[in-house]
Amino acid sequence: MSDPRLPAAFLQPGTSSFSDFLAEQAPDLLPARRTVPQGHAGDLAPHGTTIVAATYPGGVVMAGDRRATMGNIIAQRDIEKVFPADEFSAVGIAGSAGIAVEMVRLFQTELEHYEKIEGTTLSMDGKANRLAALIRSNLGMAMQGLAVVPLFAGFDLTGGRGRIFSYDVTGGRYEETAFHSVGSGSLFARGALKKLYREDLDQTDCVTAVIQALYDAADDDSATGGPDLTRRIFPVVQVITADGGRRLPDAEVAAIADRVIAGRMAQPDGPTAPLTSSPITGGDAR
Amino acid sequence: MSMPFYVSPEQLMKDRADFARKGIARGRSVVAVQYADGVLFVSENPSQALHKVSEIYDRIAFAAVGRYNEFENLRIAGVRLADMRGYAYDRRDVTGRGLANAYAQTLGTIFSSGGEKPYEVELFVAEIGDAPEDDQLYRLTYDGQVADEHGYAVMGGAADVVASYLSERYAAGASLADAISLAVAALGHGEAEDRVIPVDDLEVAVLDRTRSQPRKFARIRPAQLEQVLGDRGPASPAPADAPTDAPTDETTDTPPADPGAPVDGLSGHGRNPEDEPPIAPPA
Repeated sequence: MSDPRLPAAFLQPGTSSFSDFLAEQAPDLLPARRTVPQGHAGDLAPHGTTIVAATYPGGVVMAGDRRATMGNIIAQRDIEKVFPADEFSAVGIAGSAGIAVEMVRLFQTELEHYEKIEGTTLSMDGKANRLAALIRSNLGMAMQGLAVVPLFAGFDLTGGRGRIFSYDVTGGRYEETAFHSVGSGSLFARGALKKLYREDLDQTDCVTAVIQALYDAADDDSATGGPDLTRRIFPVVQVITADGGRRLPDAEVAAIADRVIAGRMAQPDGPTAPLTSSPITGGDAR
Repeated sequence: MSMPFYVSPEQLMKDRADFARKGIARGRSVVAVQYADGVLFVSENPSQALHKVSEIYDRIAFAAVGRYNEFENLRIAGVRLADMRGYAYDRRDVTGRGLANAYAQTLGTIFSSGGEKPYEVELFVAEIGDAPEDDQLYRLTYDGQVADEHGYAVMGGAADVVASYLSERYAAGASLADAISLAVAALGHGEAEDRVIPVDDLEVAVLDRTRSQPRKFARIRPAQLEQVLGDRGPASPAPADAPTDAPTDETTDTPPADPGAPVDGLSGHGRNPEDEPPIAPPA
């Protein structure tokens, strides 16, 4: 009869990293340990598209559109691509959707596991580095077309401000200032945010700005979903402040999205920014 | 040719049980109380860093008395087991019963294997459901026995003194504030006199089903406790009349009992708080 007790590895003091523990005990559960046959696998599975994040005094906002595509097909119109990573951070995913969702689950467990074992949360940089390590381990699959490029944002309690990190497929980690966007529509979203963003936005204005940016991304990128008025599907918006993170209720997002759309009825290209900056008033960019 | 000494299996098990029970009774008690919104844990623990009560998973908590290094290992094993199961299946598939079983098997195997020192620990594993009827509270003893507790449970230290206090005053469906007051009073209750445990020496945590987050475990901080408990008169910390590293000298007052009986309160209460080990928390 085999020994019914917990395996010795469970009782051994040592790592407080869940992915390191899995790598030793159940490597088949790690997304990066799978071998994919030679060839390009990128067209086999849905792709997530645009994620936008922006900071404002007192917090950070992350939003993602709801579309997943497979080539010319819309694979899903209400996919969720922005997830809370822990109480004070959120992660949004672009790229191969299945692997990205699995990686988010691993990342969430990783942060919670550390917190429970050590009795304290990881620092903001520590969290960002752990995510970088997970992405780095996926490089083999990324080269076969199954890349995952997340955007990570959270409220840094020691610094008392929102922070945003972007990544490349090799696990490179880059801290962004003010705002950033990833995914197929990110160029358009970033361009829009550049004109809309100001440092003194309040929370509602910041949410409005990222929804405007997602609208612009959907306007010019076929893989990014715009607001779905008939089905009432709107972006997922995660707001993180010193009090923790929460997903903005659908009704609140819908109200802001409706205002954005009402504005676009009159001005399809959205708000215009002044041609020359007027630093004193800040301009009425909305 | 020398003959090995013969020790009967009954004697062997009794010796091991006595050994474990002595270690457990040396510390201070932990109380678990079911209240309207979940399960409350209270213990007297001057350390802010070394916890006796901790979170295992969304709805599951763990409390222990006895040897710190042993129950800390069990706690970490529980977190690993729960996180691995939740990751491989789903968060809802992690249950308190599964965890209690794993602990019971581990403790039982170690207890009955001749080659290893039995663990000197006793554990609570609690899981809350959607309604008070669904709450579960398991108590695991050093020999791997599992008991399903209802209402309240006490382990470690002078457990029977605290339990008798609770049995007279416990009422189901109490509010959190009432449950805290009751549990704290019970911990301070002694055979001779009652003492007021300073707020800073209390470790209080709840599994609260009204929390909005999926993780229902929360610690109640001293400032919050102060408000709940109100004015209780002058506080008197636990007597510390024995050096913390002296192993034990109370062999004589340990009544023998069969290994199956729940741990009774022994006279070592407050003498030798070994479960607050003089070590640093893990870095």
